[in-house]
Amino acid sequence: MSRRLALPYAFWMALFVVAPLVIVLFYALTTEAGGFGLENFIKLQVYVPVFLRSLWLAFIATVLCLLIGYPAAYILSRETPSVQNSAILLMMLPMWMNFLLRTYAWMSILEDQGLINNLLRSLRLPALNMINTQGAVVLGMVYNYLPFMILPIFTIIQKIPPSMTEAAQDLGANSRRVFRRVVFPLSLPGVLSGVTMVFVPSVSTFVISKLLGGGKQLLLGDLIEMQFLGGAYNLHLGSMISIVMMLIVLAGIQIMNRFGSREEVALP
Amino acid sequence: MSKELIRLADCSMAFDGETVLNSINLGIKDREFLTLLGPSGCGKTTTLRIIGGFETPTSGDVFFDGVRINGVPPYKRKVNTVFQKYALFPHLNVYENIAFGLRIPRPDPSDTAMRPAKISLGEKDIARRVHESLELVGLRGYEKRRVHQLSGGQQQRVAIARAVVNRPQVLLLDEPLGALDLKLRKEMQQELKTIQQQVGITFVYVTHDQEEALTMSDTVVVMNHGSIQQIGSPVDIYNEPVNAFVADFIGESNILTGVMHRDYLVEFSGRQWECVDTGFDPNQPVDVVIRPEDVTVTRDIAAAPLTGVVASTTFKGVHYEMIIECGDERWMVHSTHAQPPGETVGLSLEPVDIHIMDKPEEFDNPESAARVSDTADEDFDA
Repeated sequence: MSRRLALPYAFWMALFVVAPLVIVLFYALTTEAGGFGLENFIKLQVYVPVFLRSLWLAFIATVLCLLIGYPAAYILSRETPSVQNSAILLMMLPMWMNFLLRTYAWMSILEDQGLINNLLRSLRLPALNMINTQGAVVLGMVYNYLPFMILPIFTIIQKIPPSMTEAAQDLGANSRRVFRRVVFPLSLPGVLSGVTMVFVPSVSTFVISKLLGGGKQLLLGDLIEMQFLGGAYNLHLGSMISIVMMLIVLAGIQIMNRFGSREEVALP
Repeated sequence: MSKELIRLADCSMAFDGETVLNSINLGIKDREFLTLLGPSGCGKTTTLRIIGGFETPTSGDVFFDGVRINGVPPYKRKVNTVFQKYALFPHLNVYENIAFGLRIPRPDPSDTAMRPAKISLGEKDIARRVHESLELVGLRGYEKRRVHQLSGGQQQRVAIARAVVNRPQVLLLDEPLGALDLKLRKEMQQELKTIQQQVGITFVYVTHDQEEALTMSDTVVVMNHGSIQQIGSPVDIYNEPVNAFVADFIGESNILTGVMHRDYLVEFSGRQWECVDTGFDPNQPVDVVIRPEDVTVTRDIAAAPLTGVVASTTFKGVHYEMIIECGDERWMVHSTHAQPPGETVGLSLEPVDIHIMDKPEEFDNPESAARVSDTADEDFDA
């Protein structure tokens, strides 16, 4: 019975997940001239710096999100439910605004003639060059993806029974030790999903780097866009970049999960 | 059982203006097995949490070994707790759970300075003590097990080992056997008592199970509505309950409304009875408590002071439980001989089995009909 119920989903998955992947893989392994093999993969050598830059910026953004998001989630988890609900609403509110619009807003804040620089000038302070830098790109990533770090960590910390903390205190642990030995290890599953949810979109973004990086900070997302829609137009190379990026992300998640399962953090 | 170790002096506790503890006065002696017994919401767990340092009383003082410890945080107290749902750390194995407290540097007891230097145990000492405590609770060889691989009873034992390994002066136990099945619970009761005698420390035990309290304790503290009703040995509490609540909660009772005419003479169930109680006002309304096992049932109706019709008979193993209707009163009677329902029987009582108690205001029952109560059998889990 349940098997028959699953049929529509299986069909859907085959049509919209498996088939496109196969098509992309096919494109990646072929060339315009009709060749078949790893030719496109070899061409990727040129783009190694782009790969590294993408991974590096996504890594920095993830670390920053974690450094900002963990304390925020921890503090939030100790608040009353009404404070928690309003804080979460305020956090979600900007996310219901169009992503493009939010990023444009940052553009007009960071520009040479933007909000901050005009303010600095009116205070007779030297202007700053902020737009079109790696910093601006990382800022855009952190701003857009921070809620994806806070929410899973908050959820998991909240689920830790108060008796865990009390048991640790009872055994002689002061609050620093309670956090280090009990709360933090038990919150690791939330950290892992938060990290995944920030890192994956960061590594593949192209709007943020395009608008805030001004095309100077070419990322993987931009590279792929160029192959499909831009001047470079090479579907085969674009497909290969996509496949390789996907494999890198998958490998990263695998490594993290391995790390997580060693800690064995199942809550009762 | 010597000196007093813990003293609660006039401790009251209120949450959001609601009083949960009402001026508790309680002394706990060294090496005593003391049980806080009462229905849920009676304040027994709050009392335990005050001793553990998880709550600070709204008013009143807590003394440990003569020193006031009101504001001392849990991690600085010489008590350890076995939590209701064990609260074992799921991310650590059995060994690391038990070693948790041992790995924390403690003030050196031989250092007499104001802020004594802290000392940590070496891994060898930790291992030795973990093994000792696992031995104590009968779980040798379980060191490497993960917590979720253990059964409820085993988790319970690990929780006890994790607490006693720190050699506390007092072990607090919050309904530790509540989640276990009946057979295992009986086993663990015996075992806990043995452990307490072996390690020679004070146990403060919270339960709503009167049988558990009577089996294990040196001293039972019966609580209700945030107040202590009675403190005494299990035998005293059972045989000499101070009021109808205690009588009712400790075992099953028939509680009847009566009038004390004068010393040694009480009226209830429509006749006067000779009793052994004195010191009541003339014609004072009282509660009369009669244990079901103290009632004698006879077929000889003519000689019996009271007659009734058997409404139901239930086999309870050792005895039969009969509900007997005497006019508009229902009596619960325990007897090894069954009487068939519908049979008219005679009931008789010895004077020593009639317990007379003051009527507390909150238990004042305007209806004169007796209540057959078996509240102690109800499940008090909130």
